[in-house]
Amino acid sequence: MTRRRFLEKLCIGLSGVCAAILGIPLVGFVVAPIFRKTTGKWISVGNITDYEVGKTVSVAITDPSSLPWAGITAKSALWLRRVNDVDFIAFSVNCTHLGCPVRWLQDADLFMCPCHGGVYYSDGTVAAGPPPKPLIRYDVRTANGQVQIKTMAIPITTTL
Amino acid sequence: MKRLIIGSWRWLDDRLGISALIGPSLKHLVPHDARWWYVFGSATLVAFIVQVVTGVALAFSYASSSSQAYETLQFITNEAPFGRFLRGMHYFGASAMVLMVGAHMAQTFLFGSYKYPREMNWTTGVLLLAFTIVMGFTGQLLRWDQTAAWSVVVAAEQAGRVPFIGDFLAQFILGGTTIGGATLSRFFAIHVFIMPALIFLFIGIHLMLVLRHGIAEPPVAGMVVEPATYRAEYEERMHKTGRPFYPEGAWRDFVFGTGVLVVIALLSYFVGPPKLDAPPDPSVLNADPRPDWYLLWAFALLALIPPEVEGYVMILTPVIIGIVLLAAPILNNRGERAPSRRPWSIAVVLLSVILIGSLWIAGANSPWSPNFDPQPLPEKIVGATSGPVFTGAKLFRDKGCLNCHLIHGYGGRRGPDLTYIGDQLAESDIVIRIVNGGVNMPAFGNSLKPDELAQITAFLQSRKRPIRPQDQPPMAQN
Repeated sequence: MTRRRFLEKLCIGLSGVCAAILGIPLVGFVVAPIFRKTTGKWISVGNITDYEVGKTVSVAITDPSSLPWAGITAKSALWLRRVNDVDFIAFSVNCTHLGCPVRWLQDADLFMCPCHGGVYYSDGTVAAGPPPKPLIRYDVRTANGQVQIKTMAIPITTTL
Repeated sequence: MKRLIIGSWRWLDDRLGISALIGPSLKHLVPHDARWWYVFGSATLVAFIVQVVTGVALAFSYASSSSQAYETLQFITNEAPFGRFLRGMHYFGASAMVLMVGAHMAQTFLFGSYKYPREMNWTTGVLLLAFTIVMGFTGQLLRWDQTAAWSVVVAAEQAGRVPFIGDFLAQFILGGTTIGGATLSRFFAIHVFIMPALIFLFIGIHLMLVLRHGIAEPPVAGMVVEPATYRAEYEERMHKTGRPFYPEGAWRDFVFGTGVLVVIALLSYFVGPPKLDAPPDPSVLNADPRPDWYLLWAFALLALIPPEVEGYVMILTPVIIGIVLLAAPILNNRGERAPSRRPWSIAVVLLSVILIGSLWIAGANSPWSPNFDPQPLPEKIVGATSGPVFTGAKLFRDKGCLNCHLIHGYGGRRGPDLTYIGDQLAESDIVIRIVNGGVNMPAFGNSLKPDELAQITAFLQSRKRPIRPQDQPPMAQN
């Protein structure tokens, strides 16, 4: 190797080292929020007696692990249905098509999505429109007279 | 005095090399017949400059915080001097940029200007188009209202359909597993630092290539591009008949560019920026997210593709369009440039305009979305004040039928218009349809009591075309 070839390689190699010194923290910092554990906490959404059997109502929750500057964006909602004396179903509000918030129409007994026309029955199964699968459900349990749900990620419909 | 100024300028110009740097660009020879068809590229640049200036100004008052951005937008719009105007400029500037990119692209395609040796002019332009669309989308998100917040979710869901890494991409977009404190600042960084840097870089390359290869002449039928001889012939023609770009070619760019700026300013002043929707509270479910006009066609596409192939269409369509656009000039870089000899080029442009245009109209009407708040049917249309037809009409609204079906212009457009269904279907067919549902209709068998079903059927059977036309009640306008 000639001196000139060596110096060329040195410059290119050092550029690579500099790019790594700058790039690794950049990429790490930018993707870090993905690996922050934020969901899977049980939270109470009120007393069992607050809910009427056969009714589906929206319940607002606040993410218990939100960042301090999240403000109102730490809030989210779910559709809670009291099936009978002991059983509850907690539906994600996100349409399984593209995530828009579905609305419950009490008299019609249907969920309807405002974006692309998805419709679901009261048990969350698809009634019409493009949604590929039923409404996703939260884990829900009752304890000490309270209804509790386990917080979860916005459900993402994936292809593979 | 005058001599002093001229002397100083000469000294500065010699030491800084300004004339030496930009002189050749200004004086480079352009075709003498490159006239009004050639203004769209510079108009795009004008729109981009508007975006940079107004964007920098807005950044002085905008807080890229998920909790505060909405308040700063209200301040900018309602209180800050020039704030409303600047937001309007930024919105209409974006609109102008999208339109001008489209016009510029159509013109260079129709004129066959992408052929040898300007293949990379085209390809860098395609990347600039992609960057412009990303800017449009992220820009709408920075308007951090209810629509913006739900649009982030829609974007994450779309990214989620990418095979294997969908979940990762979706969480990358959300800045975590849900909307929250990390969401908005990422889009701010992308919209304000990353994309503008890329656009500056690629505009630089794009303009450098324009100087390197010269401006393509208006095409003449029979004058073919032959890579072996094209450059020499082009040089020769420019030396014979070319004109210096400044001012003989550039004056039209200045006139048109000024026109674009004036239109942007007038629209900003008289129409103003897009209204702020409700605050970005994800627990409020009465949301109706819609993209800004330049992505309304994509919104329509997402509603209209058949669900079975949707995953593929969502991911493959942009990939295929991107590859075709990027590779087009490399696959076809010689021969005729005149559109009269390339009739398919006219067809491609027309088809694209028709396709995007009809999807755009569909998106604006969005007939697939239920009407969540249909007006009750007036007595004149129901035609009864008591009895099963009257109760049936009431149930027709209460049970959600009217959200999707139209009766005399009242209701939604998701399903078929039932104004005259009594003429079209027999009682038993109506009952079967309601109980079992259909391709895109829920089954109501479980949610209707027998007497309710009978009343709704009675109401629908009474929907008949009147025998005398003058008995027809007027159609609702909505």
